[in-house]
Amino acid sequence: MSTKKITVTINGETHSAEVEPRLLLVHFIRENLSLTGTHIGCDTSNCGACTVLLDGRSVKSCTLLAVQANGKNIVTIEGMAKGTELHPLQEGFKEEHGLQCGFCTPGMIMRAADLLAHNPNPTEDEIRWGISGNLCRCTGYNNIVKAIQYAAEKIRDTGSDSIPFTTHTAETTA
Amino acid sequence: MIPQAFDYESPATVGEAIALLQRFGSDAKILSGGHSLIPMMKLRLATPERIIDISGIKGLDYIREVDGFLKIGALAKEAALEESDIIARKYPLLLDAAKMIADPSVRNRATVGGNLAHGDAANDHPAVMLAYRAEIVATGPKGQRNIPIDEFFLGFFMTALEPDEILTEIRIPIPPAGSGGAYKKMERKVGDYATAATAVQLTVDGSGICQQIGIGLTNVSAAPMRAQRSEDALRGRKLSDELIKQAAIMAGQDCDPNPDLRGSIEYKRSVVKTLTERAIKAAIERAMNA
Repeated sequence: MSTKKITVTINGETHSAEVEPRLLLVHFIRENLSLTGTHIGCDTSNCGACTVLLDGRSVKSCTLLAVQANGKNIVTIEGMAKGTELHPLQEGFKEEHGLQCGFCTPGMIMRAADLLAHNPNPTEDEIRWGISGNLCRCTGYNNIVKAIQYAAEKIRDTGSDSIPFTTHTAETTA
Repeated sequence: MIPQAFDYESPATVGEAIALLQRFGSDAKILSGGHSLIPMMKLRLATPERIIDISGIKGLDYIREVDGFLKIGALAKEAALEESDIIARKYPLLLDAAKMIADPSVRNRATVGGNLAHGDAANDHPAVMLAYRAEIVATGPKGQRNIPIDEFFLGFFMTALEPDEILTEIRIPIPPAGSGGAYKKMERKVGDYATAATAVQLTVDGSGICQQIGIGLTNVSAAPMRAQRSEDALRGRKLSDELIKQAAIMAGQDCDPNPDLRGSIEYKRSVVKTLTERAIKAAIERAMNA
């Protein structure tokens, strides 16, 4: 079985690698790139702990092959803060106590980033349906909803981007 | 969980993909969104030697009305259905279903074409397309052919696609005036397969007579099924609560569910009856307000 060369842009940096086609995107992110903020929870596309942004849309990276991300732009939780300045979603989760153990949090934040990019002013119901593919076993979700509302308000007030690095695109390889 | 090793191809055109299928035959498997196939590969329920990833083929993700049909390209994502103006205005059955398939992140990857080509009666689009009386366009070495939806699902995970054919388009006849549709699905939790679901598409005239009706059922048979007797009971008749109830009872009787964690056979028949009644009533209401 032959390997494939892939080139992806992750959090604004371009990476090339020779990978086995069966390598999952989440393993590529965690093991090849040592970006361990993206978690593996259920490993069956149920829980959403592995959620990252692929060309600006939330995806479950346990159910994508790394080769499917070739030429694409990925943002992980490590790409959300600007230096020491938290992203409004990170700040919201902190201020509203949107986490306890924190395992689901990176996936929740990446999913919420897609939600707010496409619906900057969601109702509570839209937020709850919007995160319906992300499981939290600690909070009971109420504070997660509040955290996303906090971020939505801050993003609207400050005019900041819900998703960083959206202008970058990866060089495609033949 | 890691899939068995395989070779990977990413053709740029439908022609290249078909050439690869001709070369590698049944050792190869088509991948589009991958949200049915990759889980099966991770569980090693599927162990293809070669993956042909068609997701890079340009221009196959359209959703547009042309020549009397709503034409959906095979690579149109479920999320695109949810975000489409034309579907929001004229295809409420399709919108209902799209919103209830898996979860938002899965819908960002999953494709309508893949949902159908997988041939799984537990998926949602088979029942929807049965209700719409859609056609499947298959492209192979000899060109395109249209397959009526009633001839597409042949059995458990079996479709009419030949080993060297790719599902390239879905065609839904544009509904005439006085049409409405609805999808009623019961699921234990977001992301689970339906315990059962009913898709209804109908056309009612000014005097309340049902001109045409399609009813598809999800996850209550080996192959996706049409509730034929229920449709026949309503077509050409003035719709009344009593008649709708009778048609719903028939759907519950005619389906063939398996008992599993989601419920017993008796329970699922009862769910089908209730959902069918609700779906027909919702479809009528939408037809009246269309």
